[in-house]
Amino acid sequence: MLFVPVTLCMLLVVATIKSLHFYSDKTDQQLIYTPFTENTSSVGRRLLNSVLNAVVMIGVIVAMTVLLVFLYKYRCYKVIHGWLILSSLLLLFWFSFMYLSEVLKTYNVAMDYPTAGVLIWNFGAVGMACVHWKGPLALQQAYLIVVSALMALVFVKYLPEWSAWLILALVSVYDLVAVLSPKGPLRMLVETAQERNEPIFPALIYSSAMAWTTGPADGEPGRASDEEAEPSGRAAAAEDDDDEQEERGVKLGLGDFIFYSVLVGKAAAGGGDWNTTAACFVAILIGLCVTLLLLAIFKKALPALPISITFGLICYFATDSLARPFMDDLAAHHFYI
Amino acid sequence: MTAAVFFGCTFIAFGPAIALFLFTIAREPLRVIFLIAGAFFWLVSLLLSSLVWFISVQISNKDSAVQQKGLLIFGVVLSVLLQETFPMSHPPDLSGLGFGFMSGAFSVVNILADSVGPGTIGIHGDSQHYFLSSAFMTMAIILLHMFWGVVFFDACEKQQWWAVAAVVISHLVVSCLTFQNPEYVASLVPTYVILFLMGIWAFYSAGGSLRNLKLCLTCKDKDFLLANHRPR
Repeated sequence: MLFVPVTLCMLLVVATIKSLHFYSDKTDQQLIYTPFTENTSSVGRRLLNSVLNAVVMIGVIVAMTVLLVFLYKYRCYKVIHGWLILSSLLLLFWFSFMYLSEVLKTYNVAMDYPTAGVLIWNFGAVGMACVHWKGPLALQQAYLIVVSALMALVFVKYLPEWSAWLILALVSVYDLVAVLSPKGPLRMLVETAQERNEPIFPALIYSSAMAWTTGPADGEPGRASDEEAEPSGRAAAAEDDDDEQEERGVKLGLGDFIFYSVLVGKAAAGGGDWNTTAACFVAILIGLCVTLLLLAIFKKALPALPISITFGLICYFATDSLARPFMDDLAAHHFYI
Repeated sequence: MTAAVFFGCTFIAFGPAIALFLFTIAREPLRVIFLIAGAFFWLVSLLLSSLVWFISVQISNKDSAVQQKGLLIFGVVLSVLLQETFPMSHPPDLSGLGFGFMSGAFSVVNILADSVGPGTIGIHGDSQHYFLSSAFMTMAIILLHMFWGVVFFDACEKQQWWAVAAVVISHLVVSCLTFQNPEYVASLVPTYVILFLMGIWAFYSAGGSLRNLKLCLTCKDKDFLLANHRPR
């Protein structure tokens, strides 16, 4: 079901981080959304800066979400389409070119610009077509996974350590509030879409089955992940308007993919220990199981981030500080449990 | 060390387990969920036992190597006992295999990652068979976890407490055998003997018999064939 795409996305991120040093190298460059540096002399100052960074980032996310809901409510579809097309252009062309150049650098393979240009052009153009227009479902899903992985890699590289963990924690709280509280922006989005009998904004959502619309393809809004990280992380069951339709696909927001992969990516990047990475991986998958179980019970849109991220964070810190020294000692003496 | 060592050890360690996964689990999402739940419970038991170990190390004398080793042995025993107390979900072979996968991964993945990099094993006089014996030990442990799961669950259902005790004791024995490493012969051979015996025991408690085995191997088992829609 949803395990395969989530697993693939996380595997892609972990494999990239372990093989391309670019994404795990420490850099002083930071995103504009995390303006405070963590390179300070005192621990207290660093903690304060990371809290401020997290607040700024969450503020940006909240603002973007509210803006999106506002635009959707007042039917400014063209603006939304333009925004999504611009961000998917950035991801499919620029970020994938960066990725390709890092791969070539790492493996010391020479490639001339025309070849690279043709490759990136084909990759990007097919991606735009699949994601915003029509394409085979599997290819669309593959592009969404790749796009989420690229976005997660950018976050893993440019978010400083402590800020990243705080942002993950805060964004799951925000997700919980935004989806479940009556005035939450994401809940309003879902309800507005249901009132208008439109697919629940298929853009920014990974769907495991084809959305079968009864009318002509009424401008399925573009599917891409927003560069300003729309973490509209929620899992929702597909609405069946058609009685004959057997497929009931489960949908998961691309923001969920991104933040899961950021968690696992940060676990892989910090320290290089595979045990921690494996632990976070299992924790996130279990959280996803529990979320899907709750979805089957409650049958309405639920936030997919909180449970998985909570399990993931607990497992990361516990494994890193407790289980790692234990397992290292065991391995040194060659004991098995 | 080369890619050959890496791939060889990976396939030795995880080959049977991955084969089991592909043939019996991969097609059904529900079974995958049970497998992951098993892995997660193993992880939780590991975290609890490492918490206890960590606390005990903090309050002990860090300079005494003998004491540290003793504490480690205590940690191992505690970990084994905790693993056995965790609720085995149904079906037992999946939770056992989940335990096995996670346990195997935690034991060997770092070693495999190191084997890809540069270096020579045993250059300072340690055993040259570190990687190979790790891989074989991991394979044994993964399969053992699965067999233990099956026998444990069956014994709990039938309330045969002697069988439960036998499972726990054999787990402890296998772990304690590894305390003899780097005398790999002394630890690997008995482990494989126990593996073989547990395998036979698990086969019988899961409902197998010589007759079933014969029918299965000669492709005459009608129930199996019907279930898989294959002509005889």
